[in-house]
Amino acid sequence: MSILSLKAVSKSFGALKVTDDVSFDLGSGEALGIIGPNGAGKSTLFNLITGNFPVDKGQIFLDGLDVTRESAMMRCASGIGRSFQIPQPFGRLSVYENLLVAARFGGTVPATEAPDFCMDILERTRLATLANREAGGLPLLQRKRLELARAMATRPRVILLDEIAGGLTEAECRELVDTIREIHAGGTAIIWIEHVLHALNSVVERLIVLNFGQVLMAGPPEEVMASRAVQEIYLGIEA
Amino acid sequence: MNNPCHTLSRVAATLLSLITIGALFAVPFFAPRAIVQDLFGVLTLLVLALNWNMLAGFAGLVSVGQQAFVGIGAYAMFAAVILWGLDPMVGILIGGLAATLFAIPMAFFTFRLNGAYFAIGTWVVADISRLTAGQWMALGGGTGTSLPKGTARDMFGVEAIKEVLDVSSAAAADALTYWVALTLTLLLLVASYLFLRSRMGLGLQAIRDNANAARSVGVDPVRIKVAVFIFTALGTGLCGALMFMQITRVTPDAAFSVIDWTAFVIFVVVIGGIGTLPGPIIGVAVFYCLQRLMADYGTAYLIVLGLLGIPIMLFARRGLWGTFVDRTGLEILPLRHLAPPRRCSEDVSRLAASQPANGMENRRSVTSI
Ligand SMILES: Nc1ncnc2c1ncn2[C@@H]1O[C@H](COP(=O)(O)OP(=O)(O)OP(=O)(O)O)[C@@H](O)[C@H]1O
Ligand SMILES: [Mg+2]
Repeated sequence: MSILSLKAVSKSFGALKVTDDVSFDLGSGEALGIIGPNGAGKSTLFNLITGNFPVDKGQIFLDGLDVTRESAMMRCASGIGRSFQIPQPFGRLSVYENLLVAARFGGTVPATEAPDFCMDILERTRLATLANREAGGLPLLQRKRLELARAMATRPRVILLDEIAGGLTEAECRELVDTIREIHAGGTAIIWIEHVLHALNSVVERLIVLNFGQVLMAGPPEEVMASRAVQEIYLGIEA
Repeated sequence: MNNPCHTLSRVAATLLSLITIGALFAVPFFAPRAIVQDLFGVLTLLVLALNWNMLAGFAGLVSVGQQAFVGIGAYAMFAAVILWGLDPMVGILIGGLAATLFAIPMAFFTFRLNGAYFAIGTWVVADISRLTAGQWMALGGGTGTSLPKGTARDMFGVEAIKEVLDVSSAAAADALTYWVALTLTLLLLVASYLFLRSRMGLGLQAIRDNANAARSVGVDPVRIKVAVFIFTALGTGLCGALMFMQITRVTPDAAFSVIDWTAFVIFVVVIGGIGTLPGPIIGVAVFYCLQRLMADYGTAYLIVLGLLGIPIMLFARRGLWGTFVDRTGLEILPLRHLAPPRRCSEDVSRLAASQPANGMENRRSVTSI
C-alpha cells in the first residue's frame, strides 16, 4: 500500500503554473528521486506535500487519509519530514537544540531519551563536534547537513530531501549516500530532489522527471536516464 | 571543557543571588519607608517588564495593550474589596484571574492580526476596556473611586507586621505590599526561566528564529503563543491589582494608561536587552539609578532615558545586556540545552584524526561564500 499519494495536484503563482496536474504514489519504504531543470517546480512540489504552500487543486493522501487541508505542523506529526533547499536553521539555537526541537515536537521523543537520540543523529551526519555551536554561524555545507539531521530528528516515515548533495567532495558525497541508504534501510520512505545524478541514482529505485511543472516521465533510473527526452533536458542544462 | 570553572562560577552566582534575595526581603527591617515604597515601584515595573519581554522578546508578540490587564486587574481588585467586601490580598488574586480570563477572548480577536496590526489591535482592545471601565458606576464611572479608609490597616497580615517591625499601620501595609511584589517578581523570574527551558520554551525560541521551519518540525506556533499571552496576562493583572492597592485610588485613565504601563515598560526592556532574561532587570536598574540621580531635576530623567534609548535602539539592538553577552560571552541564566558530554572525548579524537579533511572543508566554504 502506498504511504503518500498525489492526485492531480496543481499550483500557480499568479499566471505561472508551477505544478501542473501532478499525480504519483510513493510505496511505503520506497526511495524515489525527482529530477528536472531549474525552475521545473520540484521544490514547490515539496512545499505542497509538506503543507508549507496550500494546493490550488487536487488532493494529497498520507496513509490513504486526505491531508490536503492539514497544516504543516500536523503533517509533520503524521510522519512527513523535510529539508529545505535554502537551509532554514533556527539561527540563535545551537545545532543540538535545532535537533532537540525537531525530536521533542515532530518526533515526540520523550525528554529522557531525546539527548541520546539527537546525538546519534548528529554523529551520523558528522555534526557532533559542532553540537553546541550557534546554528546561525555555520557555513553553508554544515547548514545543509543540519537540514538533513533535523529532518531525521522528526522521526519521519517519509523524508523529503531537497538538493543536499551539491557542493560536496567525492568522499563527502559517498558518506552522504551511505547515510541516506541507512535511513532507507531503516524503513523510511524517501523522496530526493537532486542534481548530482550519480549520487541520486545510487540510492533511488524510481525516478520522476519534472518539466514545467508536469511529470514528463517516471520509471527505473536506467530507463529514465536513457530516454531521449531526459537527455535533451539534461544536455540542455548541463552543457 | 572548562567544567570546573563553570560550576565554580555557578556556585558563586547562586550564592550572590541568594544573598541579594535575602537582603531584598530584609529591606523593610532597616530601611526607611520611602525606600520601601521606591523599591515597590521598581519591583512592579520589573514585573511588567518581565511580562512584556516574554511577550515581545520571546514570543514576538509586540503588544501595546498590556494596560488592559493592569486596568482589569486593578478594577477587579477594587470590585472585590468595595463591592464584595473581600480582603485586598484575595482581591489581588481575583485581579490576576480576571485579567487571565479576559486574555482568552482578547487572544481570540488579536491573534487574527499580525505584526503592526496585532500591536494596534491590542491597543484598541485596551482602550475599549478603559472606556468600559468608565461606565462602571458602582466603581465611580469616569472619575474612579478610592479604597475605603482603613482597608490597608485591616488587611490580612498587617497587624502582625506592625507588631514585629514596631511601625504604623501604613508602614506595615507598605512592607506587606513590598513583600508581595518581591515574591511576585521572584516567582515570575523562576517561572519564566523554567518555561523557556521547557519543551514549549524551546519551541517558542524556534518559532522566533524561523516560524516556517518550526511548523515543519511539528511546532504549533499559535498554541504556544496563546499560552504565553495568557500567562503574561496573569502576571500583568496581578501586578496591576497590587500597584493600585498601594495607590488606593483607581480611575480609568490611570489604570488603563498606555504610557505608564506599556510605553515605559517597552523602553525599560529595550534598554536592558529585549529577548534576554536578565535584560529587564538591567533596564529597571538603569531606570531606577537615573531616577535617583536626577531626583532634583523633576522629570529630567525621562529625557536622559530617551537620549539613552535612541542610540541603544540604533546601535545595540539587543540592549545593554545583549551587548554585554555578545562582547564577553558571559551568560547568567543561560537558556542553552547543552549536548550530553558523554561522547565529547571521542569527538575530540575524531576531530584530530580528520584534521586534513576539515582544513579542506574550511577552505571551500570560504570560497563558496
Ligand atoms: N513563493 C513563490 N512565489 C512566486 N513564485 C515562486 C515561489 N516559489 C517558487 N516560485 C517560482 O516557481 C517556479 C518553480 O520554483 P521551484 O523552486 O519549485 O523550482 P525548482 O524545480 O525547485 O528549481 P531549482 O532546481 O532551481 O531548485 C520558479 O519559476 C520560481 O520562480
Ligand atoms: Mg528547488
